[in-house]
Amino acid sequence: MDQTTKIEIRDLNVFAGKTQILKNINIDIPKNKITVILGPSGCGKTTLLKCLNRLTDLYPELKVSGQIMIEDNNILEAREDIYKLRQQMGLLSQRPYPLPMTIYNNIAFALKLRGIRNRRETHKLVMHYLQQANLWDEIRTRLREPASRLSIGQQQRLCLARGLAVNPEIILADEPTSALDPISSQFIEETFGRLKNDYTIVLVTHILRQAKRIADNVVFMYLGEVIEQGSVEEVFGNPKMEKTKLYLGGTFN
Amino acid sequence: MTRAQKIEERFFKLLMILATYFILAILAVIIYSIFEKGIKSISWEMLTQVPQGGYYYGKGGGILNAILGSLALAFGATALAFIIGLPVALYLNVFLIRHKKVISIIRFLLDLVWGIPSIVYGAFGFSLMIFFGLQTSLLAGILTVTLFILPIMIRSMDEILCTVPIGLQEAAYSLGSNKSEIAFKIFTRQSVSGIITAVLLSFGRGIGDAAAVLFTAGYTDHLPNGLLEPVATLPLSIFFQLSSPVPEVQNRAYASALVLTLIILIVSLFSRGLGKRYHKTKINF
Repeated sequence: MDQTTKIEIRDLNVFAGKTQILKNINIDIPKNKITVILGPSGCGKTTLLKCLNRLTDLYPELKVSGQIMIEDNNILEAREDIYKLRQQMGLLSQRPYPLPMTIYNNIAFALKLRGIRNRRETHKLVMHYLQQANLWDEIRTRLREPASRLSIGQQQRLCLARGLAVNPEIILADEPTSALDPISSQFIEETFGRLKNDYTIVLVTHILRQAKRIADNVVFMYLGEVIEQGSVEEVFGNPKMEKTKLYLGGTFN
Repeated sequence: MTRAQKIEERFFKLLMILATYFILAILAVIIYSIFEKGIKSISWEMLTQVPQGGYYYGKGGGILNAILGSLALAFGATALAFIIGLPVALYLNVFLIRHKKVISIIRFLLDLVWGIPSIVYGAFGFSLMIFFGLQTSLLAGILTVTLFILPIMIRSMDEILCTVPIGLQEAAYSLGSNKSEIAFKIFTRQSVSGIITAVLLSFGRGIGDAAAVLFTAGYTDHLPNGLLEPVATLPLSIFFQLSSPVPEVQNRAYASALVLTLIILIVSLFSRGLGKRYHKTKINF
């Protein structure tokens, strides 16, 4: 395969107390592609995603070991620069969490963290990122309203815009459409399709059709283990492992 | 629903209704009796003058000394407790997130000191004053009341701050915020109305307490005159007026209680209005 690897996960193990949540994970995530992590609920997909930007730090019960290399940087070892490191990755969670401030300030907050304080530039970039997330036209007159007044679908796109505003290289998305109606979901999926030219996208989902629609690469996980990984054609067209076949056939989910 | 379930449902509904209205009725009686007795004695003179000689035996004058004293003391103590208390509550919820045991020990200790009667704080403050060679003064009163309301302030803020959803924290961390940004920009904004309630609760406890100020702030018939001079307070003023053998003076005690209640009412309304302004940006989950 002639693709550059953006994220290299090696021997990643995560324990919560005595239970092992992730077992010996090894994954290569290619640059500027959409990598879908697929698997039934409770298989460790979300935990895997949280390891990537070290949100696991917030959970004292999780013990993480192994290596996650992003361009020669082992994420799991970085100590001081974790806040900078997280800015390389935008996060989109299962349900939107807008910050408790106005729509405009949600984006401006992210820009400020990136070091942009100039008002005119902030103005321009707020518009830019809202357009990128496909939200600008709907809310251009409502920028000073609290973000809490937006619909769930709009909130999720606001969160996407906010995630982009820190200028990341990677987008982490954790079942980003699971709380959304079909039209909002389609909006998000389309946006991802456009964004992959500039970003490396890691998307966690349990929805087969969604994976099929937008994935370039698929990683199938089951009970904390990677069962199979490869291009979407390989995994969906010609699955090698029995469990993958069963899941794709809808026998369990 | 079966018949038994219906009866059960009705029984508990009735019980809840009774309990609610019972407590409301008692509150209404207290407020009514304060109003009823107080309104007769309240006068412009009472609100604008200090006690004249023999006030407690029925001579003229008013309780301006206690009104101003209480306001100075309660605002001072509440402000001080807020300045100390908010960082503590934020520290617990943001910085100690990986140390659940430490958090629970600190919470336990705070709950413990919450239960200490205010007279003990008064005695503690008094012994400190002797140690430092201080007189009864506004400053000593403020410091003692601050100590007394701090656990209330911290724990009620803490209860609000710990409801900030982990998802919101993750969202803010993933943007690259550090902990102090999360504390002061996310936690406080999301919890403004709860923080105001905590401040209000502490203010109410501070302004209404007599025992903590008895030995520390002292009492005087003069207006507050600097941090190092003793001040009068409404609860003590009520106490002294109630102790008077003259019925007319006892009624003035109810008028003073009315004034105290009205102060708390005004401060509540004001801060609730303030809270509403910020409530709009709160995210509801």
